[in-house]
Amino acid sequence: MKSKRIEILDNRPVNKDGFIDEWPEMGFVAMKSPFDPKPSIKIENGIITELDGKERKDFDFIDQFIADYSIRVDRAETSMGISSLEIARKIVDINVSRKEILEIVSGITPAKMAEVINELNVVEMMMGMQKMRARKVPGNQAHITNLKDDPVQIAADAAEGALRGFSEEETTTGVARYAPFNAIALLIGSQVGRRGVLTQCAVEEAIELELGIRGLTTYAETLSVYGTEKVFIDGDDTPYSKAFLNSAYGSRGLKVRFTSGSGSEVLMGSSEKKSMLYLECRCLYVTKGAGSQGIQNGSVSCIGVTAGVPAGIREVIGENLVAALLGLECASSNDQSFSHSDMRRTARTMLQFMPGTDFIFSGYAGEPNYDNMFAGSNFDAEDFDDYNVLQRDMQVDGGLRPVTEEEVIRVRREAGKAVQAVFKYLGLTEVTDEQVEAVTYAHGSKDTLNRDVASDLMAADDLMKRKITGIDVVKALAESGFEELAESILNMLKQRVIGDYMHTAAILDENFQVMSGVNTPNDYMGPGTGYRVAGKRWEEIKAIPHRINVNEF
Amino acid sequence: MQVNEQLVQAITREVLKQLQSQQPGQYGKENQANSPKKTNLNGKTRMRPKHSYEGYPQAKQGTNPKEVVIGVGAAFQTEITQTISGIPLDEVLKNVRAGIEEEGMVSRVVKVLDTSDVAFMALESAKLSGSGIGIGIQSKGTTVIHQKDLYPLTNLELFPQAPLITLDMYRKIGRNAAKYVKGEKVTPIECINDPTVRAKFQVKAALMHIIETEQLDPPKKMIEWEGRK
Repeated sequence: MKSKRIEILDNRPVNKDGFIDEWPEMGFVAMKSPFDPKPSIKIENGIITELDGKERKDFDFIDQFIADYSIRVDRAETSMGISSLEIARKIVDINVSRKEILEIVSGITPAKMAEVINELNVVEMMMGMQKMRARKVPGNQAHITNLKDDPVQIAADAAEGALRGFSEEETTTGVARYAPFNAIALLIGSQVGRRGVLTQCAVEEAIELELGIRGLTTYAETLSVYGTEKVFIDGDDTPYSKAFLNSAYGSRGLKVRFTSGSGSEVLMGSSEKKSMLYLECRCLYVTKGAGSQGIQNGSVSCIGVTAGVPAGIREVIGENLVAALLGLECASSNDQSFSHSDMRRTARTMLQFMPGTDFIFSGYAGEPNYDNMFAGSNFDAEDFDDYNVLQRDMQVDGGLRPVTEEEVIRVRREAGKAVQAVFKYLGLTEVTDEQVEAVTYAHGSKDTLNRDVASDLMAADDLMKRKITGIDVVKALAESGFEELAESILNMLKQRVIGDYMHTAAILDENFQVMSGVNTPNDYMGPGTGYRVAGKRWEEIKAIPHRINVNEF
Repeated sequence: MQVNEQLVQAITREVLKQLQSQQPGQYGKENQANSPKKTNLNGKTRMRPKHSYEGYPQAKQGTNPKEVVIGVGAAFQTEITQTISGIPLDEVLKNVRAGIEEEGMVSRVVKVLDTSDVAFMALESAKLSGSGIGIGIQSKGTTVIHQKDLYPLTNLELFPQAPLITLDMYRKIGRNAAKYVKGEKVTPIECINDPTVRAKFQVKAALMHIIETEQLDPPKKMIEWEGRK
């Protein structure tokens, strides 16, 4: 006979998730594989000749890159001389400063790093993150996409997202050739919601670079690195080519961060029997060696694999912490749906939400998840109020704020109108008044009108051929009666000349002033120090909708 | 731990027996273990035995301007016989080809043995194709329409969420590929999206990709797979 209780449990959402036993031979192991190397380093004449049990002649290109660019040779012997347990304790110790930890960690190897992380439980990792995060105030990033690649909806959702507090907004496409439309719509919409929001369009790397160079985006994120040579080669890449790409962005004054995350090597069948944590450490060392200011990591799009193995979610906060320990800006994932269980998906996010990271989500869906073209985020537009309540319950700054319906409608309409004007001025496909109205009041693409996709794509191709740039967008806005908005976008373009926003963990406030790990560094050293939610910001968080009005009770 | 060769072989035989006894829908929920004990995977380094492609003819450069080359994955119709959602691969192929033919173009099927990355599978197929248009289909069902002069990681159309692709969509994919050959103004197939796909299928996707990748035989590059399964 079947137990009724077991039947109920079997049908719970969590049991629709994918779980698998540890299988180190194929890389299905989160924290520690029996095949992970033991930490070691040997330095001769200022060159690393042995790294984590491997001699220089046996290095693959990742080992060589790390040995040559990612470890401070002058620090290595002292740092490697400190036991992993002691380093782990220092990370948690409120009397040891972030600066001191950065100094120690700059001389340890990837295998040593993995060993340090293995000494920490999740609460200790959160304590570590609270101290090691680069920027004093945590931040948040949104995904802005929709199933139809409708540029009007992208602009409206971007405006609303910016209004709600996101410091960065990222779009991608359903149909790849829509990329320039999506980038322009996001650029315009974001500045309607709040001045100073950074935007990017995650597409194929060469196209993403071109959009950036033209000033249609204001930062880039999708420079992917991997933990094994095979996966790098499969993507036609090396750590060196990624470093060049990073420099290409840098030469044009664009903020850029890399992307990695555990599970990708497993998913691509080339994990070399190593743990996900160790491979991710290699990715982060490559990122640092390539000179990137930051990383998006935390398993990211392979979270279904990492979360499927024991201690997978512990590994995710672990790899976020490694990024922070290396002094990198950390955009800490939470950007991909991975569970049918509301309980499980919320718990996973608390590990970054409570300590705060530079970007708690590297893509909170600013639209309903059915419109999220990154295949669904861990939180979406339908969770906005839950998230605001979580901030209020715990007095935690998760980077968002409550808004009113009037404000939402106003910015959505204005963003739609601005895109309509720019498309008209630049001779792109028509945006009708009816489309703008539908999008203004819409929740997602199910509530909007269809566009002529084939004509849109021809216009998008044409826009690329005509070499349209960010300055053309500024001109189009200025000459269509949107002077203030034109000014904002011009200000975003000026950032590339000023260059300050290329510093670690930089975001811009509404006056286009940079807040980064350099001019507003995290100075947490226990109670009474660091960032505290207080004053104006706390009042803002408190003011959620649906409070009982005592005067009217 | 000392693991001798015989023990490895004995375990491999056992595992194979178990795998072969599985019925259609083998990637579905029904084979999720409901056991408190950990499966013993010690020393297991493969999912399936290696298939030999000895004697298969190398795929030829196409010259017919009406041709669309379909490049299938290394485990396609051999180690893997249905997509991640359980659609038989024979049917998948039949529908893609029917779509191409309905638009008056011709199809040719090759098997890609030097990469299991769907973007590169599709691009290599496009380069081989007389028209410059190709389709890559992984054994789990993920599909890309590519054109020979595009960057590898961009495409004409990409269908990343394999579990959502229906036979009707595979037919439309064939039709659209043919329309690109004809140089028509093509409306891409409407995007589909299900945010629960990753939670439900990603672990299985990883296992299926391992099966595909371990069948690669890079020196063989691409072989003609027309009616050869």
